[in-house]
Amino acid sequence: MKDQKILAYRRENGRVGVRNHVIILPVDDISNAACEAVGNNIKGTLALPHAYGRLQFGEDLELFFRTMIGTGSNPNVAAVVVIGIEPGWTQRIVDGIAKTGKPVAGFSIEGQGDIATIAQASVKAKEFVQWASELQRTECKFSELYISVKCGESDTTTGLSSCPTVGNVIDKHCALGGTASFGETSELTGAEHIVAAKAANEAVRKQFMAAFEDYTKLVFNEKTNDLSESQPTKGNIAGGLTTIEEKALGNVEKLGKKTKFVGCLKPAQAPTDQGLWYMDTSSAAAEAVTLWAASGAVVHLFPTGQGNVIGNPIEPVIKLSGNPKTVKTMADHIDLDVSPILQGEMTLDQAGDALIEMIVRTANGRFTAAEALGHREFVMTKLYRSA
Amino acid sequence: MIHFLVHDTADTVGVAVVDIAAGTECAGRDLSTNKPLAAKTEQNIPLGHKLALKDFAVGDTVIKYGCEIGKVVQPIRAGQHVHVHNLKTKRWA
Repeated sequence: MKDQKILAYRRENGRVGVRNHVIILPVDDISNAACEAVGNNIKGTLALPHAYGRLQFGEDLELFFRTMIGTGSNPNVAAVVVIGIEPGWTQRIVDGIAKTGKPVAGFSIEGQGDIATIAQASVKAKEFVQWASELQRTECKFSELYISVKCGESDTTTGLSSCPTVGNVIDKHCALGGTASFGETSELTGAEHIVAAKAANEAVRKQFMAAFEDYTKLVFNEKTNDLSESQPTKGNIAGGLTTIEEKALGNVEKLGKKTKFVGCLKPAQAPTDQGLWYMDTSSAAAEAVTLWAASGAVVHLFPTGQGNVIGNPIEPVIKLSGNPKTVKTMADHIDLDVSPILQGEMTLDQAGDALIEMIVRTANGRFTAAEALGHREFVMTKLYRSA
Repeated sequence: MIHFLVHDTADTVGVAVVDIAAGTECAGRDLSTNKPLAAKTEQNIPLGHKLALKDFAVGDTVIKYGCEIGKVVQPIRAGQHVHVHNLKTKRWA
């Protein structure tokens, strides 16, 4: 495949984004109201309310800052207004995002109240959104896109069609020097040996197995049964998936046939080089995509069987399905129908090319189904209770 | 029309890619070799659900994608529906 041209936004640090959001980012749960007020005042901005940011500590706090700073730093974001209750953590997030060179400003509520903060932040947000509205898309390369992949509401058709279609794109994208990431640690259970065999070297394999075994330990410490109420989900079971092993074996079809993965990432950690990367994520769709967006991914590929409806506020989520019933009953959520694969009327290579065309159209500005429907799930991953 | 697919030659179950009624003489395909397969259903198999390609006893392992997907907990005859009522995970148990 030759490297196609896309029209995208080249940011101050050289990274390529496909959207041009000005976001209003709360440092903590109690600053959501002020952020949403600014988002209402200034049209074209987007507030990202969330549930955390207070009294977190240790690795959980580090993940919190990585998610906040990473979200602001994502190339799909043109500029950021940060609002927090206290100035200290607000400034830490502002400083982190400022390293990208993009416009960012922070405001804190303590000592002046919501109304004054909203007024100050609105003035800055208006300045940012008017500036961003004049930025132009320029010619960039497809291989400059950082793509994340995760499936949801899987069934047996995902393993037969939509997941291997994504795998076909991963093989083609990584062969061109592109960057991509997969994760879903729990949903690799039963296929971990296949993933381990795809590690680029022994050090990466060991790192992956350590993350996987850590997760397995957590399940055994916390479980009250064999997880058969959660994994597979009721939707998975309705679609014909019986066990976690079967679900995982379909899931890993997304990794492609030829591509080796070059490294392991902590949740929300950005890849440092091109190639395919494993990220230690939850398998819950909104949580996982939020982590990838925070790691800088600009387009997400989402195979679904029974019809998951997830979106993300800053990273377009492209949905594909190979279930001939779902593509009819949930047509409003599906960007690409690959169901002809089941009858041998479409090859995986043809399906992969059709998905690449959909990525190009999305990168050039086409709204995904999730964007048009207003799906903006922004869900932070929390590792343990706050102090 | 193709009624069912199998991922790998070693697989002991097939996946229905259309809703199949009990008693249907089914046409299948092995995706690893592209060879045609045949089977007869003994029960209704909804689209996406699994069809036993052999008889299983309790304790047997079911193979799909050429890999283990769980253990049999109720006897299954070739042509029957394989799902949560007769197949369980070997993990997290």
